[in-house]
Amino acid sequence: MTVVMREPTTDGRFGEYGGRYVPESLIPACLALEEAFREAWADPGFRQELDGYRRTYAGRPTALTAARNLSAELGITLLLKREDLAHTGSHKINNVLGQALLARRMGKTRLIAETGAGQHGVATATAAALFGLRATVYMGERDIERQALNVFRMHLLGAEVVPVTSGSRTLKDATNEAMRNWVSAVGDTHFCLGSVAGPHPYPWMVREFQRVIGEEARGQVAGELSTGVPDVVVACVGGGSNAAGTFAGFVDTTARLVGVEAAGGAAVSGGEPGVLHGSRSLVLQDRHGQVAEAQSIAAGLDYPGVGPEHAQLGGLGRATYVTVTDDEVLVAVRRLAEREGIICALESAHAVAWVLRAAGTVELPAGSTVLLTLSGRGDKDMGQLMEGLR
Amino acid sequence: MTTTLSAALPLTGRPLLVPYVTGGITADWTELLLACQDGGADAIEVGLPFSDPMLDGPTIQEASDRALARGATVESILADLAATPLRVPVVVMTYANIVLRIGLPALAAAGVSGLIVPDLPLEESAATEAAAAAAGIDLVLLAAPSTPDDRLREICARSRGFVYAISVMGTTGERARLADSAATLAARLKAVTDLPVLIGFGVSTPAQAVEAGRAGDGAVIASVLMRRVLDGATANELAADVAAYRTALDLGVSPGTPHAEISGHRG
Ligand SMILES: Cc1ncc(COP(=O)(O)O)c(C=O)c1O
Repeated sequence: MTVVMREPTTDGRFGEYGGRYVPESLIPACLALEEAFREAWADPGFRQELDGYRRTYAGRPTALTAARNLSAELGITLLLKREDLAHTGSHKINNVLGQALLARRMGKTRLIAETGAGQHGVATATAAALFGLRATVYMGERDIERQALNVFRMHLLGAEVVPVTSGSRTLKDATNEAMRNWVSAVGDTHFCLGSVAGPHPYPWMVREFQRVIGEEARGQVAGELSTGVPDVVVACVGGGSNAAGTFAGFVDTTARLVGVEAAGGAAVSGGEPGVLHGSRSLVLQDRHGQVAEAQSIAAGLDYPGVGPEHAQLGGLGRATYVTVTDDEVLVAVRRLAEREGIICALESAHAVAWVLRAAGTVELPAGSTVLLTLSGRGDKDMGQLMEGLR
Repeated sequence: MTTTLSAALPLTGRPLLVPYVTGGITADWTELLLACQDGGADAIEVGLPFSDPMLDGPTIQEASDRALARGATVESILADLAATPLRVPVVVMTYANIVLRIGLPALAAAGVSGLIVPDLPLEESAATEAAAAAAGIDLVLLAAPSTPDDRLREICARSRGFVYAISVMGTTGERARLADSAATLAARLKAVTDLPVLIGFGVSTPAQAVEAGRAGDGAVIASVLMRRVLDGATANELAADVAAYRTALDLGVSPGTPHAEISGHRG
């Protein structure tokens, strides 16, 4: 069997996916980043420093919560990995702390980032404030409207937020704009990419920075379950970073890995091989090769691509990718809130929605044990929830 | 090796002019190709619009969006191209996702001579180089101001037709002056290749084109022309624009400079 979730090949491939499809102008920056990451990741000093910030700043390890009420209702054992409790309200801080430390180590003075839901933008603005770096966040105009709270947070943290008006005015277009800026500013600027997408080394590096989710959960779950590992590990997938970080802790176990995509942004489930934002992966596109506009209630999952490693895991059958609809997501937010007292992000609610639908079916038979990564909290979504749940 | 492109782009000391047109930008966009030819182009770069043009600035983004919004597809653009008799060769510029989808034979069938793929660096281009060679198409590689010497040599060794010198660290788009990095890069390239070195990205005036012609072997003129078309310029007006570049390049001075004599349209 193919060994998965290790280091990619030297050309950044996970099977047939990945690579480095960027303009020549950016190649030296990608190579320098790869070298810096390799060096830092092998340096116990760097790991120690990162670990220190994770513990004393980001609030790690995050809790593992047994969702007892929902478990009883669904006839399963549901354990929640609480990334919603991490500083800034989502798992995005894990990746950003790693990249910001790396940027500082490389002598960069400015971070740029793309953001959909605004969580990655907030995390980037946060780390920039902490480490005395400047930050510019690119965000689609449409997302600026629906995630206004996070825009204000970024401003409060001292970051510049640049509205992106091209294309679908969402995450895809914000990513284009961030890459364009990066080309013109590589000297002093690090592109703090927010998911396991983009050119090599990003998909690998971001997964490694997010691996802490899965590694913590593996240890925590072992204390809760007599079997040691859960039957199923599930997480939502936009670009796929919280899922990749979670899966990395369980890929060598018998656990089934399930990634939940938005029905309107299901690149693994409905995409075709293509090149977007620097890597070859599965991409929602028309037959002419024009990239489609995704449609999801969750700005963080409103993306027509997916990280290349997920395309590989899906192709090999090591992970399964499913979709849920916006309506199922709204129901899931309410149910988790009412039963467990946790208001999760619309993105994270995709994973919850799948569990609600699958529990008691062949997909997730009664008695199953499930680890679900709750990638973020729902504060940012109050405006949308007030409308959607009225 | 003599290819269609290298035959059309001889290094005779006369600077080369390659205007760019976004395929499908207007209903009668092939008239724009003829205008470029009439204005004195040595070759024409045709952009196949892509939904996510990562290396393009606002003008070419808008041109691509407009073409796609009009309903232009890669297929329709190639069909238009095939139906347009041109004396000068066509070099297609588009992104990797489009190339991987349509394949090189489709380009060859439309009479395309060269191909530029800005998001296909050396590391990713081997398969496309082979497919291009098999289809009789020159895959033109790009060099950037940030490219180190060893890569520059490899780019020149593997590029066909000409070498594309990206003038500046940035996207396409009009600029007030030609970046110093353009001349520096062109000189570094000239030192290691006999292929023509064409400077592109932001060459926005005949005077800048003259500079590019001195530093390298000619210029690709893109955003400034597409801005004119987006603003409603006719094919005749575009031909006059291109002719102004031709004249400036041939005289070695821009028509804007006092002692320049502006001759009529060439070609
Ligand atoms: C809370 C939350 N979960 C998930 C995502 C999706 O990202 P990824 O798939 O990389 O985890 C986002 C992105 O904005 C998010 O804010």
